[in-house]
Amino acid sequence: MDILAKERKVRELESKISELDSEDLIKKLKNEIKNYKEESMTNLSAWDRVLLARHQLRPTSLEFINYMCDDFIELHGDRLYRDDKSIIAGIGNISGNVVTIIAQQKGKNLEENLTRNFSMPHPEGYRKALRLMKQAEKFKRPIITLIDTPGAYPGLEAEERGQGEAIARNLLKMSALTVPVIAVIIGEGGSGGALALGVANTMLMLENSIYSILSPEGYATILWKDSSLAKEAAEVMKLTSFDLEEFGIINRIIKEPLGGAHFNKLETFENTKQAILEELHKLKRFTGIELRDKRIEKYRNFGFFQRFNYDNLKGVK
Amino acid sequence: MNDLIKTFEERKSSKNKFKIQRTISKNSSVKMDVPKGLYEKCPKCKETVNMKATVENNFICRNCDEHFRVRAVDRIKITVDRGTFVEKGHGYITLNPLFQDGYEEKIASYKEKTNLDEAYIYGYAEINGMPTVIGVMDSYFLMGSMGSVVGEKVTKSYEYAIYKKLPIIIFTASGGARMQEGIFSLMQMAKTSAAVYRHAEQGLLYISVLTNPTTGGVTASFASLGDIILAEPNALIGFAGPRVIAQTINQKLPEGFQRAEFLEEKGFVDQVVHRDLMRDTLGKLLLFHRRYQ
Repeated sequence: MDILAKERKVRELESKISELDSEDLIKKLKNEIKNYKEESMTNLSAWDRVLLARHQLRPTSLEFINYMCDDFIELHGDRLYRDDKSIIAGIGNISGNVVTIIAQQKGKNLEENLTRNFSMPHPEGYRKALRLMKQAEKFKRPIITLIDTPGAYPGLEAEERGQGEAIARNLLKMSALTVPVIAVIIGEGGSGGALALGVANTMLMLENSIYSILSPEGYATILWKDSSLAKEAAEVMKLTSFDLEEFGIINRIIKEPLGGAHFNKLETFENTKQAILEELHKLKRFTGIELRDKRIEKYRNFGFFQRFNYDNLKGVK
Repeated sequence: MNDLIKTFEERKSSKNKFKIQRTISKNSSVKMDVPKGLYEKCPKCKETVNMKATVENNFICRNCDEHFRVRAVDRIKITVDRGTFVEKGHGYITLNPLFQDGYEEKIASYKEKTNLDEAYIYGYAEINGMPTVIGVMDSYFLMGSMGSVVGEKVTKSYEYAIYKKLPIIIFTASGGARMQEGIFSLMQMAKTSAAVYRHAEQGLLYISVLTNPTTGGVTASFASLGDIILAEPNALIGFAGPRVIAQTINQKLPEGFQRAEFLEEKGFVDQVVHRDLMRDTLGKLLLFHRRYQ
């Protein structure tokens, strides 16, 4: 039974509450639900987390921004071609900290998803992000990015306008920024499309979000020639927040309520806000150049390999 | 006077002899690779072509001018001055971070087949007498995909160029990031891009040459960040693969889509350069950017 089936059962039980009238019974049922959730929704499998990360009800970037910011002014357009709706960017105020926020936005329904292009940015989206990063650097504003995308859009026009180049520029500029950068993965972190907003001093990740080089379906197709093995692929890909923290790619996991962020959105938002504020406070100690060097140093050390050590041979003839 | 000329010529010939010997001793173990048989079908014009003649012709089909894929070692041979290449960055061992079945065996078999450690080699070389660092990806090694070792070696090549205050030329040929190493491969994109930044910060030249095929994570990182971006004719260059795009938009892709000429037209490549002219073009560019110290 996967997480969605469990969730359906919980919803079913919850709907029964309104039918009951005696308080004792309600209390009993609520207890039952709580127990069931604790029993079945801890120790989720990787595939469960993939399903949660893609959940229809999962809070989107805009909801996070609306909760976290006292004020938010959205800024549009890349000044070159057009405004990409799949990336929301602007200036916000998080408890007195003025920051630039760049976020990938999923839609809640099909109609909204079509305007947001299922949160798959075109090159102009990344160029808008680049423009606002440069702006943030000019005014010494910290940058917060919220990552939630299946990947950069693989389309005809996106290629014509240089998807690869746009992402590469972002990677270069982000590693060179002299302001604090905090990236938060709030849902799906898909491949280069996510990394283009994810070169950060501090990487945060919601507990049930994923971050991987490609989707489990794509992985199964490419390596095993069978897209129906996505479930198995998710297990071997090490894409959950706990695996990534172990690898040192994620600095901190933000706890989610039992059963996923959508069960208690306010708690998720509050946890995220607190985590961002704490990390921001930590980064404020450093100067711009220190931040840049630390960031480059951090990414310099990523990699898993061995090097044959010639020094060991020095004594050998 | 005649004596003088004679001694001069003698000296010249002895110098040449020395040079040739040096080349032979350096590369004696590596032969120009004639793919499979002596005669093969050209993938473009479908003519049967003599591969030996093609190899002598810089791996270009004599019939239709199709540029064949070139192994890294051969690429260095046809690009740099004879006997000047010194390889750096030996001894990297690819590991299996996600414990994928059969990944180690795969790497081992490719190592044997291609006689390379990994899909990327770099080192010091001279082109038309101009010193430079040169890095070449080999698309015959697991599609030239970028895993931890390739990412590390690419980064190291920039660092070597910074250390020696030299320009760097990178020939890219890659299917993208290496899926088997998962998130570690993805991080190599950020790592190499940061290395490009460090190199550029020093005011040094970076020429990236896109060859067939350059796609995925390599296009979206260091390949697109050159000060000057050259490409070989008809090379496939793009972020997403053509098959993925055709699936997404659900229609057939136009002729010549994602080819080098297409990218030049769209403004993402400085110039498409024929392979015969590549060496001269690079030499000239290096000369233009010569630094007097």
